[in-house]
Order: sequence, then structure tokens, then C-alpha cells
Amino acid sequence: MHETLLAAVMLASLILYALMGGADYGGGMWDLLASGARAQRQRLAIVEAIAPIWEANHVWLVLVIVLLFTGFPRAFSVIMIALHIPITGMLIGIVLRGSAFVFRKYDSTEDAVQRRWSTIFGIASFFTPFFQGLTLGALTTGDIHFVGDRVTTGFFAGWLTPFAWTCGLFALALFAFLAGTYMTVDTQGQPDLQNDFRLRAIWAETALIPLAIIVFITSKYGAPLMYQGLTNWWAPLLLGWTVLSALIATLALWFRRFRAARIAAVAQVTFILLGWGLAQFPHLVTPDVTLQNAAAPESTLKLLLLALGAGTVVLLPSLLYLFQIFKGQEQR
Amino acid sequence: MNDLFFARSQMGMSLAFHIIFAVIGMAMPLLMAVSEGCYLWTKKPIFLELSKRWAAGTAILFAVGAVSGTVLSFELGLLWPKFMQYAGGIIGMPFSLEGFAFFTEAIFLGIYLYGWNRVSPVLHWLAGIVVAVSGVLSAVFVVLANSWMNAPVGFDVVNGQLVNINPIAAMLNPASLHETIHMVLAAYVATAFLVAGIHAFFLLRDSQSVFHRASCSIGLVVACISIPLQIFSGDFAAREVAKLQPAKLAAMEAHYKTDKGVPLVIGGIPDDVTGKANYALQIPYGLSMLVGYNPETKVVGLEDFPRDQWSNVRLVHWSFDIMVGTGFAMLAVASWVAWIWWRTRRLPDNKWLLRALVCSAPLGFIAVETGWFVTELGRQPWIIYGFMRTRDAVTPMPGLVVPFTTFTIVYLLLAVIVIFLLRRQFMETQPRWIKKEPVSHA
Repeated sequence: MHETLLAAVMLASLILYALMGGADYGGGMWDLLASGARAQRQRLAIVEAIAPIWEANHVWLVLVIVLLFTGFPRAFSVIMIALHIPITGMLIGIVLRGSAFVFRKYDSTEDAVQRRWSTIFGIASFFTPFFQGLTLGALTTGDIHFVGDRVTTGFFAGWLTPFAWTCGLFALALFAFLAGTYMTVDTQGQPDLQNDFRLRAIWAETALIPLAIIVFITSKYGAPLMYQGLTNWWAPLLLGWTVLSALIATLALWFRRFRAARIAAVAQVTFILLGWGLAQFPHLVTPDVTLQNAAAPESTLKLLLLALGAGTVVLLPSLLYLFQIFKGQEQR
Repeated sequence: MNDLFFARSQMGMSLAFHIIFAVIGMAMPLLMAVSEGCYLWTKKPIFLELSKRWAAGTAILFAVGAVSGTVLSFELGLLWPKFMQYAGGIIGMPFSLEGFAFFTEAIFLGIYLYGWNRVSPVLHWLAGIVVAVSGVLSAVFVVLANSWMNAPVGFDVVNGQLVNINPIAAMLNPASLHETIHMVLAAYVATAFLVAGIHAFFLLRDSQSVFHRASCSIGLVVACISIPLQIFSGDFAAREVAKLQPAKLAAMEAHYKTDKGVPLVIGGIPDDVTGKANYALQIPYGLSMLVGYNPETKVVGLEDFPRDQWSNVRLVHWSFDIMVGTGFAMLAVASWVAWIWWRTRRLPDNKWLLRALVCSAPLGFIAVETGWFVTELGRQPWIIYGFMRTRDAVTPMPGLVVPFTTFTIVYLLLAVIVIFLLRRQFMETQPRWIKKEPVSHA
């Protein structure tokens, strides 16, 4: 009971990380891909949109990982052994990306210098979420096994599969789409820029369709339990909602209803990750590690949930205040 | 050199790197808030400009601190999965609370750094105070987790499994009080001396600069308050270590033979075979006096512990002496400053004092690093003192030399770039600041 509740909180944090931190990665991708006469202005708009909030957005990941090792220490241990390599790759991405972003802001405004940081920031914005998608995918493959405390499938199981790689690419496209859509709202009042990001968002959304299909197909052999999960009774329902929100997002982008598009994009990403979470339930690492067999003792779980409740009371108003200051209606 | 060696090296290197940024990210908001408070109080634009300068530097350091901290939270599992499996449910509590404190810090830092023109001046100042407070809380929670590794309580071991876990008792373990106090003060000491030293350097070039005079003063106020408190807290901490981890204290003091009337050993070359520190300065009855306030106090030496439970005595002892030495050096400089202020009601003009301040700029950070060497190396061979050995906690992952080398190179590069950027940040604005009063942008 408590472990399911905690898992729900973790999934919620993961979704929030995708919605906020994920969009920051997308911003980095569009920064690297900035092109045309307005490339410079595109980059500037992205920096302005991300700068005040990216530190806070990033903390969701820390929260997920801390909840994982507090609430499910055994799962944490297995994941960190079996997926040591892709997770290290992700960490290097996080370090390079965060530092390059802040270095660019405070380094000389000279073009060449700026471009150097831009490039590092952009490249890291690609491979970090790729490794994140890959890691999540690897957890679902069912390739990682262990006996007692020993991981028996070595250090390459799961994450070198076509399924995991498509998950990585899917994460890329998803974050690019999210960022493009957010940017259309952030560039209000600059119709030319707004149109640039509108087209980018539509392109990313279009790329998502074949990727989603490939993820589904590869899951049949690459992640059989997930595939089974996706053919559950609730799956068509969730799939329906996902497709509907994707359609609304695309149409809203097409007809320049940017605020509506942003809401639909948020819904789409939420439904996708919700679907992943439900199909994964009750496994943390398919199939050996479940919520039940990895959970910390009851006393820890209860206290952790209490702390989460108390923490939310402080966190939520602060977060809303932050977004109201920098993303409020009256801005720009 | 095996994988355990590289795992320990990577962890140690990551911590040694992160702690510098963590310490500055925690203490600078206090200096910024003091300065901005002065602005709100006096309306002198120089204080506002000073807060803005400091904020720009802090933004760079905070970002690097945040990403290197993220790396650490993963490295706990990447390098020590058995430890986390065993202890996650116990020490996860302070880490979770730290998560929230860090979240608050990041949110309000965003408001502070980018909200100069978006919120009212008073609200902006309050946001800065929230950053300063939540920064301290983050540090406290992280250190609470570390203190449990030194004084593990709040559980029972039955058949190799941990049962009856009480995370609150674990969090408030016997080592928690002295470790947290010592760390928080250390952050203020180190940062304040660094800031005072940097601005003293510019004052040496031009003693008339109002800007550097104001900045140096704020740094010195914090430095002069925190260093004497830190010396007391260090004394308290050492006595607690004597109670909780006598083997660690013995290594710190290079004290081998259990005895009464034990001298205090300073420096020298400890020799594990002969059980003596060669060429050391010895103060008769010193250690007995420090531990028990009595020359006849009995102090347990390393000989009472099995040889495989000794830490690296030389490293621990030397680190400890360097930490204490730098601490007293800073106390001496602070006393000099206080003496001058007492007599002239003015902050330093004296060239020699300014030079001393420049020299003591890095001392606090040397003390922070060597202090952590003492804590971490002194706990060896244990990862959980008395319960789990470090070598039993390490990941089965082979080839750890690769991530160790990679992170070392990345961190070295980052360090060079950060220093370069901070230097530029400072130099670029010099001509504008040296003589005339700044113009406010508020």
C-alpha cells in the first residue's frame, strides 16, 4: 500500500521532470539546431525562457533518485550496477550541459566564444535525454536479472537493445516537441520567432508518430511484459487520450492557438509517461524487482510519505510563485 | 591499484570538488543578503551593485555545485550499491529532506538572480534570505547522512538484515550535532576569508576603492564572528570523536599507546611499526588535557584496535594538523582585524594586514578539504562504522579507472574554466569601480 503510493509520487515527479526539465533539454536541442536569419534571436529567446527556472526544473530528477534509494534501496542498487554505463553517460551529459549553459551566460559575448558553449550545451542536451530514455527503456526489457544480491546479466544487458535505443530517440523527439511548443508561448509578441518554434514543434510531433509505432513494435520482443501491459483493458483508453491530446496539440499549433497547444502538449506527455508507468507496474526492474520486494521497511516508507506531504506544502507555493514571476500571463 | 581504489578515488575526488562549490553556494547568499540589507537600510547604491556582482559569481558556482551534487547522488549507488541497499532506507530520510531544501534553494535562487526587476526590493531581499537559509538546511541534511555513517544507530541487525529501523533516531545520531555545526561554520569561515582576501588584494592596489572596502568589510564581519565559534566547535567535535570513534581520534593525533598523561603530537612522521611519530613536536599532557581537561586522563591508542581496523594514520594525522593549523592561522588574522577595528573603528588600511588577508584567502578551503579527509579517511576501513567495510560495499563493475579518469578530467577542466570566468567577471569591471561611485540600475 505505502510502496504503491510512494511509487505514484515517484511517477508524478518523473512526469514533472519530463514536463519541466525535459523541455529544458528540448530547448538545448533547438539551440544547437537554431538556423536561418533568426538563429541568434532563437538562441536568445531559449536562454531567456530557461535561465531562471532550469535549476529548479533539474531538482525533480534528484527527487526521483532520492525517493528511489530511500523507498526502494534494493532496486536502486540493482539499477546502478546493471546500468552503470548509460547512467554514467547521462551524468557526464548533465555536468557538461549545466556548466556550459551558465558559462555561456557569463563568458565573453564574443560570437566564437558563445558558439563554443552553445555547441557543448546543445550536444549534451541531445545525449543526456537519450541516455535517460534508454535507461528507462532498459528497465522494462526484462533482460536484467539477479540472484540474491548479485546481478547475473552483466553490465550490458537491456540497454543495448533496439527497444531501449528507440526509447532514447523517443525521449529526444518528445522533449524537442515540448520545448518547441512552450517556446511559442514564450515568444509571444515576436510573430516571426513564434512561427519558427511553431514549425519546429510540428516537425517534432510528426517525428514522434513513427517513433511511437517503432517503440510499440520493438516492445513485442524487446519488452514483452510492457507489450502485454500495453494490451491491457485500460491501454486503449489511455492510448486514445494520448492520440487525442497529440491531435489537439498539432491542430492548435497549426491554427496558432499556442496556449491551448501548450496545455495539450503537457497532457500528451503526461499520458505517455502515465501509460509507461502503468504498463510497468508493479515492476521497478522487469521482472525481478517489484515494488513489494524492493521496498524499504514500513517505518521508512511511512515517514518518507509524511516528509513528502510536508515538503509539498513548502514546495508547491514556491514553485507556483517562481513560474508566476517568470512565466505569468502579464509577462511580455 | 584495483577497482576499490578507483571507486574510492572517484568518490573522494567528486566530494572534494563538490564541497568547494557547495560551501560557496551556501555561504555567499548570506553575504549577498547582508549587502542587500545594507542597501535597503542605507540606500547606498554601492551595496546594491555589490550584491549584483556577488550574485553573478554565485550563479556560476551554484550551477557547478548543483550538477556535481547530482552526480554524487548517483555515485552513491554507482560506486557503493551494497552500502545503499543496506543503508538507503535509513539515511534516505535526511537525503529526502535535503531534496526539498535544495528545491527551495534552487527556486528562490532563480527568483534572486533573475528577479531584480520583477519583484519588489524587499521581496527580493527576502528571496535571498530564503536561499541562505535553505542552503544551510541542505548542508545540514547531507551532513546528517554522513554523521550516521560515523555513528550508526536507529536499527538492529538480525541475521545480517537490518530490522527495527528508526530513521529519526538514525538522523539524530550522536555524531550529528558536532558534525553539522562544524560544517556550517566551516562554510562561513572559508567563504568569508576567501571574499575578504580577494577584495583585500584589490585594496592593496587602490586603498581608496569604496567598492572593495565595503565588500572586504562584509567578508571580515562574517569571518571574525565565525572563526572563533569554529575553533570552539572543533574542540567540541574532537571530544565527541574521542567518545564515539576512539580509533579515529587516535589516528588524528598519531597516538598509538593507550596511556594516561598523553602528550599532544603535532606534525612528525607517524610510524605504524614502531608506534611512534618521529620528528614530531610534543606538548606534554596536551592530549589528555584536551580530551578530559585533566593531565591524568586516559586516552585510548591505536594499539587497542586490531591492525586491520586502522585507517591511514599518516594521512589522517597530517590532514588533521593542517586543518587545525589553518584554523588557528585564520583566528590570528581575525584577531588582528578585530584589534584594529577596536582601536580605530575602521577596517583595514594597514598594508601588512591586507597582505595577511590575501594570504589567508585559501586557508578556509584548505581546512574544509583536510577536515573532510579526516572525517572520511579516519572512518576507514569502514563505510558504516563498525558494521560494513568499504571494500564490501563497492560495485562489482570492472574498469572503474575509466569513469574515474573521465570525471577527473571533466572536473579539472571545469575548475580551470570557473576560475577563468570568475577572474574575468572581476577584472572586466575594474576600471569602472576603482575610483568613482557606481550608478545604480535598480
